[in-house]
Amino acid sequence: MNAPRLIDALLAVASRDLLTALRHRADLLTTLIFFAIVASLFPLGVGSETALLRLMGPGVVWVAALLASMLALARLFAGDYADGTLEQLALSPHPLTMLVLAKIAAHWLASGLPLVIIAPLLGLQFDLNADAQLVLLASLLLGTPTLSLIGAVGAALTLGVRGGGALLSLLVLPLYVPVLIFGAGAVEATASGLGATAHLSLLGALLLVALVFAPWATAVSVRIAVE
Amino acid sequence: MTINWFKYSSPASFYPLAGRFIPWFFAAAALLAIGGLYISFFLAPTDAQQGEAYRIIFIHVPAAWMSMFLYIVMAMWAGVGLAFNTRLSSMVASALAPTGAMMTFVALWTGSLWGKPMWGTWWVWDARLTSELILLFLYFGFMSLQAAIDDPRRADKAGAVIALVGVINVPIIYFSVKWWNTLHQGASVSLMKSPTMARTMLLGMLVMALAFWMYSIAAMLMRLRSIILERERNSDWVKGLKERLS
Repeated sequence: MNAPRLIDALLAVASRDLLTALRHRADLLTTLIFFAIVASLFPLGVGSETALLRLMGPGVVWVAALLASMLALARLFAGDYADGTLEQLALSPHPLTMLVLAKIAAHWLASGLPLVIIAPLLGLQFDLNADAQLVLLASLLLGTPTLSLIGAVGAALTLGVRGGGALLSLLVLPLYVPVLIFGAGAVEATASGLGATAHLSLLGALLLVALVFAPWATAVSVRIAVE
Repeated sequence: MTINWFKYSSPASFYPLAGRFIPWFFAAAALLAIGGLYISFFLAPTDAQQGEAYRIIFIHVPAAWMSMFLYIVMAMWAGVGLAFNTRLSSMVASALAPTGAMMTFVALWTGSLWGKPMWGTWWVWDARLTSELILLFLYFGFMSLQAAIDDPRRADKAGAVIALVGVINVPIIYFSVKWWNTLHQGASVSLMKSPTMARTMLLGMLVMALAFWMYSIAAMLMRLRSIILERERNSDWVKGLKERLS
């Protein structure tokens, strides 16, 4: 019998995770509702003057997406860690780096992409014009996978550790800052007429660097956690 | 004669060596600090633009240099501990973190105190200040992660991963004044060109930087000794130590 090919293993891991996410739709909805609520808190806090909201809209939507994405991170490995699947993944003949990448991809499709899709609705709350909305979409499309990749390292490091959620935030938020700066900056640059190309290019660069290094660091962290 | 390069690489053998070194490093730090402070208050000239208030540079810059340097050293030793599975290397990384965090805090605090009279503001969100603040959070993250994990070996390895992931921030801090338009002063001291500041000022800064470095080593060695005693408390050599009798 032939050994299973890597691509089959990756598809199996990703489809299993997607299926699990589909069966727990409430988790996804909680993340989206959190996103919407946080974005709505800011106008309530700083006053609803439209000019001010237009200025801070990109940043607020970005911070809310970042926090929502971070909340969803706990689900990335926790289930598999609890029932022993993660250990089996670590023991499999396929490179753990690739298996982890498949898990992160499935996780982003299930929790990051929906954030991107409803972001323009929240952008409307801040009276962003069409150009800004488009750039917001693009920046989130480039940024949320990066956040998932970076966050996966933190999620793997804090598996089974007490202080879970808050500790994960403390570890991962400083690493999120460059993505936030360039992501929100892209939309602000569009609004001020400077053009978002530079910011989006840097976001793309961050995504590529994260794609190369984060799965490896996450695999190392998973091995530390299951040993 | 063959040299055993790994003679001091176990906690048991490094412990007494560290104990002998600590007083010397503290003494060096004290002497250099006295010399440096003398230069900074009495020898360095008044600045043409900033008057006397610039003298906080003799604390601010050495602290900032040490904050970045200690992070790199910490990440390096944590990486060595992760790669070679050595205990002492990881203990050194854990010992360095609080001193590094303190240096970062001092740099931010003295920078703030300097910024108010000079720039008119306690804080500005420019690249260098933001990335130095991120460095403080990275130190806290490292310390929190290690505190949250009970198994010391797992804590070592997990801390190593987070320290290594965060090391990318240090070049960002260093080059931030070159890459962005920032309010913070650009680089006056570089490896390639002659410095653009008065020689006495530069000398004072370098002497104070050396003083901070000696202090950091002494503080790290003291903390390391405590960590060694704590982690190796069940071993025979610790049980036999004279200190335990007091």
